Amino acid sequence: MSGGGPAAQRPKVPLLHDPRFRGLLVQAGTALALVSLVWVAVDNAATNMRARGIPTNFDFWDRVSGFDVNQTLISYSAVSTYGQAFWVGLLNTLLVAVIGVVFATLIGFTLGVMRLSTNWAARSFAGLYVQTLRNVPLLLQLLFWYNAILNPLPAPRASLAMPSVALSWPGAGSLALTLGAGAFAVFVARFARAQSPGSAAAMLAPVGAALGWIVAIVALVFGVSAFMGAPGGGLLRWGGPAGVYLNNRGLLLPNPSFGPGAGWVLVGLAGAVAASVAFAFWARRRQARTGAQSPVALVSLALLILLPLIAFVAAGSPLTMDYPVLRGFNFQGGLRVNPEFVALLLGLSLYTAAFIAEEVRAGVQSVAKGQSEAAHALGLRAAPTLRLVVLPQALRVILPPLTNQYLNLTKNSSLAVFIGYPDLVQVFMGTVLNQTGAAVQVIALTMAVYLTISLATAGLMALYGRHTAWAER
Amino acid sequence: MEQKTTLAYLRTQPSPVLPPPVFAGGALQWVRANMLAGPGSALFTLAGLLFVVWVTPGLVRYLFIDAVWSSPDGAACRAPGAGACWSFIARKLDFFLYASYPREMVWRVNLCMAVGAVLAVWLLWPGAARKGLGALLFFVIYPVACLLALHGSDALGLPTAPTDLWGGIFLSLIVATVGIVMSLPGGVLLALGRRSRLPIVRFFATVFIEFVRGVPFITVLFMANTMLPLFVPASWSPDRLLRPLIGVSLFASAYMAEIVRAGLQAVPKGQTEGAQALGLGYWRMMGLIILPQALTVVIPGIVGIFIGLFKDTTLVAVVGISDFLRTVETARLDPAWAGPTISTTGYIFAAAFYWIFCFGMSRYSLMMERRLSAGRKR
Repeated sequence: MSGGGPAAQRPKVPLLHDPRFRGLLVQAGTALALVSLVWVAVDNAATNMRARGIPTNFDFWDRVSGFDVNQTLISYSAVSTYGQAFWVGLLNTLLVAVIGVVFATLIGFTLGVMRLSTNWAARSFAGLYVQTLRNVPLLLQLLFWYNAILNPLPAPRASLAMPSVALSWPGAGSLALTLGAGAFAVFVARFARAQSPGSAAAMLAPVGAALGWIVAIVALVFGVSAFMGAPGGGLLRWGGPAGVYLNNRGLLLPNPSFGPGAGWVLVGLAGAVAASVAFAFWARRRQARTGAQSPVALVSLALLILLPLIAFVAAGSPLTMDYPVLRGFNFQGGLRVNPEFVALLLGLSLYTAAFIAEEVRAGVQSVAKGQSEAAHALGLRAAPTLRLVVLPQALRVILPPLTNQYLNLTKNSSLAVFIGYPDLVQVFMGTVLNQTGAAVQVIALTMAVYLTISLATAGLMALYGRHTAWAER
Repeated sequence: MEQKTTLAYLRTQPSPVLPPPVFAGGALQWVRANMLAGPGSALFTLAGLLFVVWVTPGLVRYLFIDAVWSSPDGAACRAPGAGACWSFIARKLDFFLYASYPREMVWRVNLCMAVGAVLAVWLLWPGAARKGLGALLFFVIYPVACLLALHGSDALGLPTAPTDLWGGIFLSLIVATVGIVMSLPGGVLLALGRRSRLPIVRFFATVFIEFVRGVPFITVLFMANTMLPLFVPASWSPDRLLRPLIGVSLFASAYMAEIVRAGLQAVPKGQTEGAQALGLGYWRMMGLIILPQALTVVIPGIVGIFIGLFKDTTLVAVVGISDFLRTVETARLDPAWAGPTISTTGYIFAAAFYWIFCFGMSRYSLMMERRLSAGRKR
C-alpha cells in the first residue's frame, strides 16, 4: 500500500460539493426549520391560550370533578377529583383491552387454524368471517352491536334468562356410554397397533376395537333417539334459572364472593402449579435418560383441577354466589356488566380476531413444507409434528405481528367514546377536557399514556426478537 | 443375524397393473378429501350444513321476502314481522350521498366524483397509456381543482358552499382521497428521512413516525381539532374540515412511511452501489433506481394502508364531521322512520358500502401482486 493517509489523496472539491459539509448543512437546516416551527407554534399557543383564558398547568388535577362515571374499578364519585377520573378511565381502558386480547387470541387462533383445515366447511366459514369483518370499519361494527343488537333487548322484566342445563338420565347415560365405548375402541386399536405382529394380543385387539365401536354406535343411536324423543326424557333438560340475564341494561351474572378459607384454594392451586412443573422436569429427565415419554399435559391438567378442588371442599366450600334477583323494575344484586362494555368487548375481540387469524395463517404457511415432511419421515405423527416442529417455528413469525394486533386493539379501544363506554378517551379527553378546557395538557397526557404502552411493548418485542433471531449461517 | 440373508427377494415379472382407486380424481374424490376426510371432518361438514340450513331461510326472508321495498315513511316498516326497510335507504339515499350540501350545487359533487372515478380507473387499469400524466392529474391537479370547485369561490363566479354543509359519502371519499394523496409523498419523505445517514434528520423522522403510530387515531384527530387552532395565529382559525384532513394526512403518512421503509430495505444494496457508481446523486438515485423497486415490492402493504385509511375515515365523526356513517346515524334516528328494523337496515347498507370498497381494493392488490411477481418468477 502506498503511504499517505486518505485525506492526502482526496481531490480538492468545492466546499458546497463536499458530502460531509452538505450533510451538516442539510441537518442544520432541518433542525433550524423544525425548531423555529415548534417555537412559533408554542408562542402562538401561549398567546392564544392567554387570550382565551385556557389554563396552562395541571392545577385542575386535584379539583373536584362533579361528574359521575357508570363503571369504575376504583372508588369514584362526583366529589372525586379530575385526577381520580383519569385513573378510572385508564383502568377501564386496560380492563377492556386485557379481556379483549384474551378473547381475540382464542377466536383468532381457532379461525386461523380453521382457515388451513382440510375440511371445506371449516375453511370457508373462517374465510367468510375474516373477509367480512376485516373489510367493515370497526366503528360500524361497534355501533351495530350497541344500537342494533344490545339496545333493542327487552327491559329487565322481560330479560333473556339463560336457564341452567341438566342432563336427563337416559340421554346422559347413553352419552356417557357412547363416549366411554368410543374411547375404549380407540384405546384398543392403539394398543393393537403397538403389539408385535402375530402375537395373541394383536389378534384379539381388532375384535375388541370392533366391539367398542359397535357399542358406541348403538349408544349413540339410543342417545340421539332419546334426545329427539320423549318430552322430559331428552338429553338436555332445562333446569331453573342459572342467574345469567341479558337485557337492555346489560348483562347480569352471579357475583361470587369468597368466605374465609378461600385462601386454601389458592394454596392448592400454587401447589398444583409447583407439582406440575416438578413433574414436567422429572418427565424431561426421564425422557433424556430412557427415551420414554410421560403424559405431562394430562397429569398437569388433573393436578390443576383436582388439587384446588380438594382444597375447596376441605375448606368447607367457602364460596357464596350472589344471584341477581328481579325486584320491581330492575335487578338487585349480582354482577352487572354494562351494555357499553359488552358491545365494545364484542366488537374489539371479533374484529381483531379476524386479523389475528390472518397472522396465524401466514405464520403457519411460512414454515417450509420440508419441515413437516422431514418430521413425518422421522416417524412423528400429525399432532407431534404440529406441536414440536411447525408451531415453534410459526410462533416466531406470528409473535411480532400478534403483539402489533394487541396494540391495535388497545388503541382501538378508544372508539369507546362513540358508544359511551367510560375509557380514558371518553372520560379524560372527553368530559375532563370539556369541563376544564385544559386541551393541551389533557391531550398530551392521554397521548403519553398510549405512547408508553406502545413503546414499552415494542421494546419488549425488540428484546425478544434479538433473543430468538435466526442463527445466520 | 442370519435372517437378513434369507430375506433376499427379486421380482422377475413386472407387477400387474392395478385399476385406479374408485375415488381418484373427480368430484367424489374432492368431496371425500375436503368434506369427509375423517370422523371429525364429517362432523364439521354436518355442522356447517346445519348452520347454513338454519340461517339461510331467516336471512333471505329478512333481506328480501319480508323486506319493505317502497313506502313513503316508516309505517310499513313498523308492521310486525317486517324485514329490512329498504325504502328507508331509497328515501334517504340523497342525504347519505350529499348530507346538507346545497341541492342546487350538487352537480359539482357529481362532476368531481365522476372525474375522480375516471382518473382512478385510468391509474388502476393495468397497462393503461400515459400513467405519468394520470398520476399528475390525480395527485396534484384533481384534489386542488375539486376542493376549489366544491367549496366554490367568488372569483370563479361559483357561489360558496361552506364546509359545515358538506357530508355523506362524498365527504368520506374526500377524506380518504386526501389521506391517500398526502400519505404517499409524506410517507416516502419520512421513510427516506428515517433511513438517512444524517443523524438529525433520522432522529426527527423516527420520533414523528413512532409518535403517530403509538397513539390512537382519535387522539390525533382531537389534537388536530383542538390544538391546531392554538398553534397558529388566532386570525387564521383553520377551517373545521381542514383540521381533521391535516390529522388524517399526518396519520396516514406515518403508517405509509413504515411500509415504504420495508420496501427500501428489500432493495438489494447492489442497486444503491450501482447507482452511485454511475455517478447519480441522492435524489436521482432514489427517484430513478431505488424507489421504483421499493414501492413495487410493497404494493400490497400500500393497499393495506389505503384500506385501513378508508375504514378509519369513519372516525372523523368524533370531531363533528358528518361523514357517511354519521349520516346513517342521523337518518336512523329520524322519528318519521323510527322502527325496530331501521338501525339494522342502515348498518347493513353502510357495511355493504365499506365492504365493497375495501374488498375490491384487496382483490385489486392481489391481482397486481400476481401480475408483478409473474415477471420476477424464475
